[in-house]
Amino acid sequence: MSIYPYVVAAWLLGAGLWGVMSSRNYVHLIICLTVMQASTYVLLLSVGYVSHGKAPIFADIPTNSVVVDPVVQALSLTDVVVEATIVALLLALVVQANKRFNTVDPDAMTRMRE
Amino acid sequence: MTRGRRAVAIVGVVLLAGGLAWGASGLYDFGHYHALYGKIVARDAVPDRSATNSVVVTAFDYRAFDTLGEEFILFVAVVGVAVLLRRLRGESGRDEDEVAEEDRRASESTRWIGMALVGPLVVLTAYIVVHGHLTPGGGFQGGVILMGAVAFVAVGGESLVLLHLRRTSSWVEMSESAGAAGFAMLGFGGLIGAGAFFQNFIANGTSGLLTGGFIPLANIAVGLEVGGALMMVISEFFDQRLHGQAT
Repeated sequence: MSIYPYVVAAWLLGAGLWGVMSSRNYVHLIICLTVMQASTYVLLLSVGYVSHGKAPIFADIPTNSVVVDPVVQALSLTDVVVEATIVALLLALVVQANKRFNTVDPDAMTRMRE
Repeated sequence: MTRGRRAVAIVGVVLLAGGLAWGASGLYDFGHYHALYGKIVARDAVPDRSATNSVVVTAFDYRAFDTLGEEFILFVAVVGVAVLLRRLRGESGRDEDEVAEEDRRASESTRWIGMALVGPLVVLTAYIVVHGHLTPGGGFQGGVILMGAVAFVAVGGESLVLLHLRRTSSWVEMSESAGAAGFAMLGFGGLIGAGAFFQNFIANGTSGLLTGGFIPLANIAVGLEVGGALMMVISEFFDQRLHGQAT
């Protein structure tokens, strides 16, 4: 049981990576990239988990209760922001590439450039 | 996949798997994390800052400098999107009426519900932003919820309203820049008021909304920036519907 969350993270990374490698469509590729990035959230949150710990928000629990680690949670917040910006930039690139080549298939674009 | 690519992929996957196995061997057992930094932060957040959300205290106070970097990542990315999606030479424009016609194809009930939910979502945004230091939430989350409101405007078939708003007034850009600048200013405020960059320089308060020193202000600044940034990105993408194919 103790390695199960790490296995989930590795599986998400692997599944996303397979999607990125085998993709024939840039939009599909970007979605696969977000799947890969989702593995980092799972990894960060499971690294910081403390058995029977509560959320590190003391609004309705005593200040001395056992809580999970707040630093990794702040880190996953950063992670989400970075993912959102990367997806926006990549999608903008795809929009322009589609205008230029009239396709979102990477291989077809390579063929057209030749 | 060609042969060369497959070889590159296999080498990459083997290296990645090796790196992962090596990295995972040093991880804590699940549920037995015991690094001190997080524990100290969680223990100190309430007595030190009178703020109950220790995640937000970490992000906007103890590690505010990192969040400043994150802010600028977002800022630069938005500029990047705006530059990439500018109108290119030789690109024919589409008629706005045509796009408006497409929007009107949404069913009447969808459009009504979309419009009806915009107001409540804006209120929820304000609530999430100003209560960020007490309960789950904060500037980033609030900005993203504001995007939900924008999504409902689009679902409601009025995405052109957003474009008009963007074109006729500059408050979207202003909100983004003011948010980013405001957060940096809080850092300088710490330099002047307390002697160190991002040192908390406002009294902590005892209970209620006005606690946590400058954390509520930081949340509002970040909320403005994230809301403005995402709004700019979304309106750039919507604007693409008015662009024709490049010739």
